[in-house]
Amino acid sequence: MTDPGHGSAGLREFQDGFAQALFGGGPDGALRPEIASLVAQSGFAVYRNTVMKGCIDALQANFPAVSRLVGDEWFRAAAAIFVRDNLPRRASLLDYGGEFPDFLGAFEPARALPYLVPVARVDRHWTQAHCAAEEPTLDAQLVAAVPPQELGRAVLTPHASARWAWHSEVPIRTIWERNRAAEAPAGVSTTDAPELDWRAEGVLLTRPGGSVEWIPVAAGECAFLDVCARGGTLAEAAQRALEAKVDVDLARLMARLLGAGAFTRLDLGS
Amino acid sequence: MIANHSAGLGLKPAHYEEAHAAPADGLWLEVHPENYMVEGGPRLAWLETIRARHPLSLHGVGLSLAAAAEPDRDHLRRLAVLVDRFEPALVSEHLAWSTWRGSYRPDLLPIPRTAESLARLADNIDRTQCALGRRIAVENPSHYLRIAGHEHTEIEFLAELARRTGCGLLLDVNNVFVSGRNLGFAAADYIDAFPGEHVDEIHLAGHSADPQLGEALLIDSHDAPIAPAVWRLYERLIARIGPRPSLIERDENLPSFDALLSERRQAQAILTAPARQAA
Repeated sequence: MTDPGHGSAGLREFQDGFAQALFGGGPDGALRPEIASLVAQSGFAVYRNTVMKGCIDALQANFPAVSRLVGDEWFRAAAAIFVRDNLPRRASLLDYGGEFPDFLGAFEPARALPYLVPVARVDRHWTQAHCAAEEPTLDAQLVAAVPPQELGRAVLTPHASARWAWHSEVPIRTIWERNRAAEAPAGVSTTDAPELDWRAEGVLLTRPGGSVEWIPVAAGECAFLDVCARGGTLAEAAQRALEAKVDVDLARLMARLLGAGAFTRLDLGS
Repeated sequence: MIANHSAGLGLKPAHYEEAHAAPADGLWLEVHPENYMVEGGPRLAWLETIRARHPLSLHGVGLSLAAAAEPDRDHLRRLAVLVDRFEPALVSEHLAWSTWRGSYRPDLLPIPRTAESLARLADNIDRTQCALGRRIAVENPSHYLRIAGHEHTEIEFLAELARRTGCGLLLDVNNVFVSGRNLGFAAADYIDAFPGEHVDEIHLAGHSADPQLGEALLIDSHDAPIAPAVWRLYERLIARIGPRPSLIERDENLPSFDALLSERRQAQAILTAPARQAA
């Protein structure tokens, strides 16, 4: 095997120059002469267009609810700005766009759309749930079999596919769900729909039967899951859930989360 | 195992159910492994279901073999996981680069064909074949640029890679047609000179004319049926080298699965024409 750097100066310079030219050139727009002679040919635009289109298509596929909310033209224009500074780091584009919600959060034209970033995060959660590792789903019977006095020390581990989000001001689940469904009519401005109840909402995504599903969740359930995700005990999780909502029904809360397939295992404290 | 006279289809998620249900009459299916580099979930489950019924080909677009660097280790590891799990009959990649200095550009970018790039490619193909524990086939890309500084023709270059590394070649007939038109060479001459003994697989696809420049610049867009001129080049190739596993590629403007099966029948007829039976 040769040394990775050995003798590659010519090819390396070609690739540095070509890669820069795909997005306009160096810091001062300058190009090396042999690269400038390629950019001057009409065929160079094919590479520029293909690279940009491939990245934008992947983002649009990964953020369908965002795309639906803002429309095709707005989405692709914003995505083109994102792509210039955030080329994919991996050749698999299935999870491209991890930084896109934060980009939207700092994107001036998105400022008037307070629901856009939360919806982008739920789109991202869907992708992560979709691609997560296979794991067994914890059976509610196993939890029911634990003696009550030991339950407080038990630790529930969220399933690899479980993702949840809570928003205190935006009906995040309703907006996302209406814009995620492929069969929803295009062009409907969902946020203007009269029946939209502008209130706090949460959503839990899981993959219990092989495909991604979701249920509405309350603040207490999200607080409960947050504690489980950092390895806290059931007693701590219950405490947080009660802090989030004083009259939370813990038995019902656990039944809902277990029913949705939110956990993969139960460990009893020693 | 894929027989030389079997035609296959590129597989898209929209066609999972129909592809699975299709008669297993030698039908094989090809996917981009990059679309299955996930930890788990329905995509892998579907591929598993389909693989249980049809032979599979993994056609990579992201290994960046022509970059002046080793293949990305994480990418190669993920590819090896898929090869181990799905035991594909064919594995292929491109004479091109895409990942460079940690960023991926979703395209098949060109290189000057020099002694240096030849050595780099041979080394990268060797590393890949060692990591996967098997031979891969390397595909001729579509060309859009006249690049100064080539020291080898593409055919010399590919044949030398096959000689040095033992890799196979994937001959994309549409890419030859598109490149011939864009760079001004006779596609039939290229097809006639291609070293048939190294060809593991053939690709057939549609192209389109550039929206601004028209027929003067053809784009390898995979968004249309295979052009008649490409079918004629394919017939010419098969008549010379004999049948080889041949794939219908379609990535955009996806037609019905039946329309793809119809193109597959057309390829199948050329592969199994009586004159070829002895080949």
